[in-house]
Amino acid sequence: MPTLNDVLVLLPEFYLVAAACLLLLADAFMKPAQRGALHWIAIVVLLVATYMVVAGQPDATVTAFGDMFVRDRTSEILKVFALLCTVLVFIYARPYLLDRKQFVGEFYTLMIFAVLGVMLLVSAGNLVMVYLGLELLTLSSYALVALNRDSPLSSEAAIKYFVLGALSSGMLLYGMSMVYGATGTLGLAQLHATATHGAMPHLLVFGLIFMLVGIAFKLGAAPFHMWIPDVYQGASTPVTTFIASASKLAAFGMAWRLLETGLGDLSPYWQPMLAVLAVLSMAIGNLVAIVQTNLKRMLAYSTISHMGYLLLGLVNAGPEGYAAAMFYAISYALMSTVAFGVIMALARAGFECEEIADLKGLNQRSPWFAAMMALAMFSLAGVPPLFGFYAKYLVLQAAIDAHMLWLALAGAVFAIVGLYYYLHVVKVMYFDKPVEGGADRSTPDMPMRVVLSLNGLALLVLGVYWGPLLGWCRHSFGIG
Amino acid sequence: MIDPNLFQLVCFYAFGAVAVLSALAVISLRNSVHAVLALVLTFFSTACIWMLAEAEFLAIALIVVYVGAVMVLFLFVVMMLDIDQEKIREGFVKFLPVGVVVAVVMLVEMLALIGVRAMHAQTLGANPAGDSNTAWLGKALYTQYLLPFEIAALILTVGVIAAVALTLRERRGVKRQQPSEQVAINPRDRVRLVKMAAERPDDAEPAALPAQEAKP
Repeated sequence: MPTLNDVLVLLPEFYLVAAACLLLLADAFMKPAQRGALHWIAIVVLLVATYMVVAGQPDATVTAFGDMFVRDRTSEILKVFALLCTVLVFIYARPYLLDRKQFVGEFYTLMIFAVLGVMLLVSAGNLVMVYLGLELLTLSSYALVALNRDSPLSSEAAIKYFVLGALSSGMLLYGMSMVYGATGTLGLAQLHATATHGAMPHLLVFGLIFMLVGIAFKLGAAPFHMWIPDVYQGASTPVTTFIASASKLAAFGMAWRLLETGLGDLSPYWQPMLAVLAVLSMAIGNLVAIVQTNLKRMLAYSTISHMGYLLLGLVNAGPEGYAAAMFYAISYALMSTVAFGVIMALARAGFECEEIADLKGLNQRSPWFAAMMALAMFSLAGVPPLFGFYAKYLVLQAAIDAHMLWLALAGAVFAIVGLYYYLHVVKVMYFDKPVEGGADRSTPDMPMRVVLSLNGLALLVLGVYWGPLLGWCRHSFGIG
Repeated sequence: MIDPNLFQLVCFYAFGAVAVLSALAVISLRNSVHAVLALVLTFFSTACIWMLAEAEFLAIALIVVYVGAVMVLFLFVVMMLDIDQEKIREGFVKFLPVGVVVAVVMLVEMLALIGVRAMHAQTLGANPAGDSNTAWLGKALYTQYLLPFEIAALILTVGVIAAVALTLRERRGVKRQQPSEQVAINPRDRVRLVKMAAERPDDAEPAALPAQEAKP
């Protein structure tokens, strides 16, 4: 029977639901002139939620509603970073949305519901909760992608995302039903206990394969990556930023919950499958990104390759590997917010700044943001001493520890391939002549300039002082 | 007399086969109305399987919600998409054979189901507490699965927000009535009474204009 204690465990989540509903009502009753306040209210709401997650952190793992919801260190870290990434998206989005007359209350409400989906997904203790958290996140994402109704590109992206997303949800559900049929339980903890005895190993593995397809789709790992380039390009840049940051943290959380908490004993089966996904993602992502001329599309293929690297950590199937993968997910989320943030900072009404050619000679026009973009590109490429370098080092190390040297070698080779297209952007910014109609002045919005600069510099700082963050990640998996 | 349990098993496989075949028909038939009818049959056969497992509430909910409401709406939309009026009239005759086949299969399934119940076969369903299916479902939803149930409600909320956000559009230049302004109007602003002579002298110019309406 649910009691008040159960509710207290979920306090940040319940608070966010209430806040989102109030925000929705406030939006309906506000005069158009007052609507600008929604932006600041939404940011405060998320910051308070972050505080509640951190302050209410239990000493040990706590479950609520009969093991439906698990509040542990791993989920807390993922939640904090997902909330912070969403705050960054809000701050970067304001000038962008105002310029395009897309500043609507639904953007904020749907974003909050999406981040709520992330929080429920990473805390799921039951297959039903995994599915519902995922649906809450993806449904909000579909709507956010489609929100820019007047753009045919957006509508196309939304339809593709919706159809492929529904297909992958179906795959995931089918796999879950097979696993339920084989074990007779939906709880992840009970699943772990029953999976060892292996009443029906074939049925279980059959279900595992379908669940893996669902996970790979959510991560955007090749060959289930087809939606990523279109959605990244078609969605408005703030939404793309959300999908590339908070959503990826959720995908890692979901993969870890399903594969380790639920089916950890089947790791001999899923390790090779993940290895194949990883190699394909790194190869396709890095090779196809080279020929892209659209910056957002290039970053989409870069995401695919990064998800391949994240999978290297999961392939390890041990606490060290999971810690490395989580560290990688967090580093990727922060790097992508900088890259997309600079795109938003340089965009203006009628100019999206999404072609690589638009950045020509940026250094002469906006040296500071050119430097931020260069930091993001070097970090994504994995150049020391930036954040991305140490994250890559950790996942390669995890692959070697799992006795998959070939995988680590493939990762290193494709990292060098990837260096080319990241450096190409830097070359365009610093050595090409500025063109008419290219990126000109950066946004005059002061909060955005300050936060984006801090976000960019964080890549440098965390590249040197990665100790505490890695410590948290390792500690959450019970090591160090 | 046939063995009730055997008959039940035969019915189970028959319903399953019909469900799978009609599901295949949904994605392979070229005519969209036929596909919708096949989908109705799929739902109905699934409901029959649930009925065999003594999940009466789920079965009835499936029939009422999906077959009764959603699929009928689907059918209307699919038929309306073909805007040619003549074709719609032809359609009722053209789609009749498929509709009859679907109806007959549904009738046979229903009769088989009644037969299984009449023979008091051993139940296939899991019924842990010995409660009725509806009571058991209600208890599970509001105790063990309370949190997922509430999250499902949130998902529906998001669906509503998304639907409104994507379709509601403030259009400019649309002429529509404003009831509040209509009620608040004063008759004196609308009609102006003009005094004029009852008869017009023959020699006078047609100077007096008819009463003008002044629009606010």
